[in-house]
Amino acid sequence: MSEPPTAGWKVDESRGHDHAGVHVGFGSGEVVARFEVRRQRALDADGSPVGDDVDEPREVLQALYRGMVRARTLDARAVALQRTGRLGTYASCLGQEAVGVGAASAMEPDDVLVPSFREHAAQLWRGVTPLEFLLYWGGDERGSDFAVPRGDFPICLPIASHAPHAVGVGLAMRLRGEPRVAVCVLGDGATSKGDFAEAVNAAGAMSAHVLFLVVDNGWAISLPRARQTAAGTLAQKAIAAGIPGVQVDGNDVIAVRRVVLQALEGIRQGQGPALVEALTYRLADHTTADDARRYRDDAQVRAAWGREPVHRLRAFLAARGWWSDADEAAVLSACRDEVDGAAQEYLDTPAQPPEAMFDHLVARPSASLTAQREAVGGEGNDA
Amino acid sequence: MPEFTMVDAVGAALAHEMARDPRVVVLGEDVGAVGGVFRATDGLLERFGPDRVIDTPLAEGLIAGMAIGMAAEGLRPVAEIQFTGFLMPALDQLANHASRLRNRTRGRLTCPMVLRSPCSGGIGALEHHSESPEAMLAHVPGLSVVVPSTPADAYRLLLAAIRDPDPVVVLEPTVLYRATREEFDDDGVDAPLGRAVLRRMGDRLTLVGWGSVMPALIASADELALEGVLADVLDMRSVAPLDREALLESVGRTGRCVIVHEAPLTAGFGAEIAAILADRGVWSLLAPIRRVCGYDTVMPLARLERSYIPDAERVLHASREVLSYS
Repeated sequence: MSEPPTAGWKVDESRGHDHAGVHVGFGSGEVVARFEVRRQRALDADGSPVGDDVDEPREVLQALYRGMVRARTLDARAVALQRTGRLGTYASCLGQEAVGVGAASAMEPDDVLVPSFREHAAQLWRGVTPLEFLLYWGGDERGSDFAVPRGDFPICLPIASHAPHAVGVGLAMRLRGEPRVAVCVLGDGATSKGDFAEAVNAAGAMSAHVLFLVVDNGWAISLPRARQTAAGTLAQKAIAAGIPGVQVDGNDVIAVRRVVLQALEGIRQGQGPALVEALTYRLADHTTADDARRYRDDAQVRAAWGREPVHRLRAFLAARGWWSDADEAAVLSACRDEVDGAAQEYLDTPAQPPEAMFDHLVARPSASLTAQREAVGGEGNDA
Repeated sequence: MPEFTMVDAVGAALAHEMARDPRVVVLGEDVGAVGGVFRATDGLLERFGPDRVIDTPLAEGLIAGMAIGMAAEGLRPVAEIQFTGFLMPALDQLANHASRLRNRTRGRLTCPMVLRSPCSGGIGALEHHSESPEAMLAHVPGLSVVVPSTPADAYRLLLAAIRDPDPVVVLEPTVLYRATREEFDDDGVDAPLGRAVLRRMGDRLTLVGWGSVMPALIASADELALEGVLADVLDMRSVAPLDREALLESVGRTGRCVIVHEAPLTAGFGAEIAAILADRGVWSLLAPIRRVCGYDTVMPLARLERSYIPDAERVLHASREVLSYS
């Protein structure tokens, strides 16, 4: 039995006040639908294997580890640059590195990532460079002109409004018979939006090649997951739309990679879209303009540090004898050098000329637009 | 030469371009078996199959957003929103994404999509079925907005919209869908976006409009001609981009201008036209600029819509007032 929400209802680790078990109707009726949601993990919080043995090759696991450390290093530098006035408002991915690296490492280069705004680890793995990354967050559109993942979408700030794009991309793939997939990453808050509901519904109805990856980091700015929805899981929202939904421990990079690999394989084979809900925790403020201490307890954050993904994989690798202190020092040094270089290059990159505002608006600018371009920086825009 | 109503012309343009360009797909609510609520896509499903004529779930924001994804992936989607009243959920996708994708990625991803929507009143339709949102759309940088008023223009502007490398909204006045028939060849020739056309040539007055009000402008000009006053009738056809040159050329010759649109007066697109004339055409003006528009009210239901929509009587009244300045 669920209790009705009240103004003072308790916000804790629970994932919602699920009312779905309340019986509505007369008599017992007949059961016409049932569902279950499974949660997957490979390692526990200390890095010990759970269930099946971990048989991913050493090189793969080491690469996943390096990917997470690289993202965390760049993330820390971005925060530092913002704090010293050299970068714009920035959304940290601290604590969510396993979701990004696990998912991106399961994708093929010609898949399409359709990200929200905290998927730095996935973007970096896909080939977005630290320089491009810093340019974008530093206020320069050239940062979204990725040299490598040319088909990937740019970061989407308006919540969930990119989900329909992923359906369109995935539908184009299906219509052309291509074994490619659009991977749409959303947060827990995004699942409250109509765009999300419309997108999962349409992807299912139209068999679009889409994987929805819902990153439940516990918080949508200040609103905790428990008050975002009464649904016990976010994965079940996919089931409501007629597509499979599964939970994975989002701080377990091995599990994320396995689940996403398996889901992508099914989608490539034409089994239809799927949704993976990755449970993680936003260790940082929402953005550098936020102060999470106003709405959440330090104790909760400290507890979440005990489950964070980087330490977990390192503990596993070390236990296997696959990671030494020397390996760690080498990775940290390499990441620091790369980020140092990118940060310097970013700081040395001059802003675009004002005319750049006009140069990519449309392929065929009107006479009025051209006249405004020529007058830019002059006496107003009255062309 | 074949004859087309406007709604036939829309279908003919879609069929022509789908046959010519395999990237072109049509999507929307009820565009398949039904052929669209106005039958604009009639016959396309039989001819091109369900992979190119796609009935979508009922969600307008989704339709626009999907078209963005399809366009970025290399297709040429032509999405239909059943009525402009239902276009508002899609406005988020148009303003935040479709119109920006090229700019935000510095040209890496583009959005060559078309969004068609039957617009404006005059057919006694239900609530939310008669809106004229061209000014709202024209205010979005990166978006083109065209409003045809003849069958041939509906055909040729839609072809241009599909071939345009950037997003275009085509507003099709429902009152004109079956109002007239016009002969033209289904030859695949497009009409460039952003070019106005003179429907009548005169020397004393310029009547400017687009879309649903054009028959009232032409009727007004014909009535004035009987009185010996010849008026230019300028059909802008496209509000974004706007053919400023044609506007300034016409008013430069006539010195008087009446601007007519069905959308509400305040902050309607007529205000932009009046501002251009005040700025660049002021030395040609012999009289104040007048606007004849929808009132700043909610579009009324069927029984009052004739009182709302600008008609020839109101256009003539404004014209005579403007002509009274010598």
